[in-house]
Amino acid sequence: MSDALLQLRDLSLRYGSLAAVDGVTLDVRAGARHALIGPNGAGKSSLFSVVAGHTPETSGRVVFDGQDVTGLGEAGRARAGLVRTFQHSSLFLGMTVLENAKLAVERAQGRPKRPWPSPRADRAIRDEAMQHLKSVGLLDRRSALSGALSHGERRQLEVGMVLACRPRLVLFDEPTAGMSVAETTRFAELVESLPREVTVVVVEHDLDVVFRLAERVSVLAAGKLIADGTPEAVRADEKVREAYLGRPRSSGPLFGVAS
Amino acid sequence: MSATEPMATTAVPAPRSAGPAAGVPHHNPRRPLLRRTIVGVVVLVLAALPLFLAPFQIGLVGRILAFALLVVSVDLLTGVTGMPTLGQVAYFGTGAYTAGLVAIHVTENALVQLAAGTALAAVVAMVTGAVAVRTAGIVFLMVTLAIGELAQRLADSLPLVGASNGLAGIPPITVVPGGEPLRLAGLVYWWVLVVFLLGMVVAFVVKASPLGRSMRGVRDGESRLRALGQNTYPVKLLAYTIAGAIAGAAGTAWAAQTRFISPGDLGFDMAAFALLSVVLGGAGTLWGPVIGAALVILVRDWLASYVEGRGALLLGVLFVLAVYLLPRGIAGARWQPTWSPRFGRAPGASREGAR
Repeated sequence: MSDALLQLRDLSLRYGSLAAVDGVTLDVRAGARHALIGPNGAGKSSLFSVVAGHTPETSGRVVFDGQDVTGLGEAGRARAGLVRTFQHSSLFLGMTVLENAKLAVERAQGRPKRPWPSPRADRAIRDEAMQHLKSVGLLDRRSALSGALSHGERRQLEVGMVLACRPRLVLFDEPTAGMSVAETTRFAELVESLPREVTVVVVEHDLDVVFRLAERVSVLAAGKLIADGTPEAVRADEKVREAYLGRPRSSGPLFGVAS
Repeated sequence: MSATEPMATTAVPAPRSAGPAAGVPHHNPRRPLLRRTIVGVVVLVLAALPLFLAPFQIGLVGRILAFALLVVSVDLLTGVTGMPTLGQVAYFGTGAYTAGLVAIHVTENALVQLAAGTALAAVVAMVTGAVAVRTAGIVFLMVTLAIGELAQRLADSLPLVGASNGLAGIPPITVVPGGEPLRLAGLVYWWVLVVFLLGMVVAFVVKASPLGRSMRGVRDGESRLRALGQNTYPVKLLAYTIAGAIAGAAGTAWAAQTRFISPGDLGFDMAAFALLSVVLGGAGTLWGPVIGAALVILVRDWLASYVEGRGALLLGVLFVLAVYLLPRGIAGARWQPTWSPRFGRAPGASREGAR
């Protein structure tokens, strides 16, 4: 409990009678590599959205680094170090790759509302932005419009921008969706190379990625947390199988011989 | 330095916007020398105009400059921040009436009038903007329309500013305290030019600053910017206040020149023409809309006199032609400009970016 960086307490999000997120209580340890899985419509993205502060929760609390951030907006949580990526790459498409990175760096350390140029400060921002672009392998694409990037490159830039925010916890929302196998591998390597000061929570459909990256897996179904544990434990969990495959009619084996 | 950034976007043009100008390989996007030369020549020509033009013509150019500065303030919101507005006439009017009142009741010094008009316009913009920038898109457009209309109604009914008769009897300006009043059209024009250049410099500096980048961030993806940890409300309010101040400065220049302000100067026509100029010139470039403003005023005040009473029709035709032939405005005819997802749709622009 004491080393939990992110604590969700009975978090719910309701649309009328529909509970997209239903009383989720979850701890994420500092430095963890935590995966959130579940069938389609289980409420994974809704949960992310609530944790990031994008969607206001119906009830419950979000505690980040011992501080109740429930009342804090999305921008406030991001400044506190709780940053998310988007399921669909969401970049500033009319700007160059470098400017996208600069935008992110400026939030974290510059004065983003300074209305005049300052050569020294601007160079520091630029240098750090370049460094982040280098770490995600986009340095030679820096003067391209981000709208001209391929899907994989956009996701790389997305990661670079999130890292430029100096996050303490990153929420990756289906980062490898639509990626080629090579791009997926590259993404996994990128996450593996992150320092342990950065905690990672990832929503992922690709179970290969999940079992490669995660040390702990939580399973969401119909808005409820149904399992939470090591990958091996979750893999063997009866309720998880049920959520993914459905409940067998008879108590007999799924592909057994008809009696 | 980063005023050259719009040009940098040509380096690798978006493959989707395959225009004829797309993909000029090995074309150095940053040519500050050429840029500076062009700016220098344009400024010199503008400064030399009174030596060649008749007083009536120089008055027309002066009005174009004052209006163009108003248009630049509209572009700062519409093109750079992605918030199309019809309300800048309110701050233009604030500046103009303040300058006029200061001239009549306090001092004929143009510097004082400029300072007072700009400051008051900024304050008014900040107060009204505090409400207006909470909205976005079409609602924001309607709120700013209401602000503009309200300002005109106010000017039309307040005896202090001459109500519907307009504010007359504004004395000619002086520049040096206690100096000779500037009566010659050319001298007044030079003052208007100074105000115009000052306003342009402020607009370009702001656009190139971190605030300018944040403003473009609001345009391209406000919710993404918020997810990066930026509260977007202060960014928008600051942009709105600065744009209001620039419009106010434009108003003081207008008053110094016409020496008469009527409520019609801040009417819907003016607001619509300003927005038209931005679209015509190329939203987001700041310099394109200046050319757009010149075109609009020339068509309205000069060409229209040859086709009695059909100036509005001419403008309409001009606008339709521009939208068909130059979808990205005059500035966009030369290179791929920045586009904004909220305003002035780029062909094939990705929908993802709008979020």
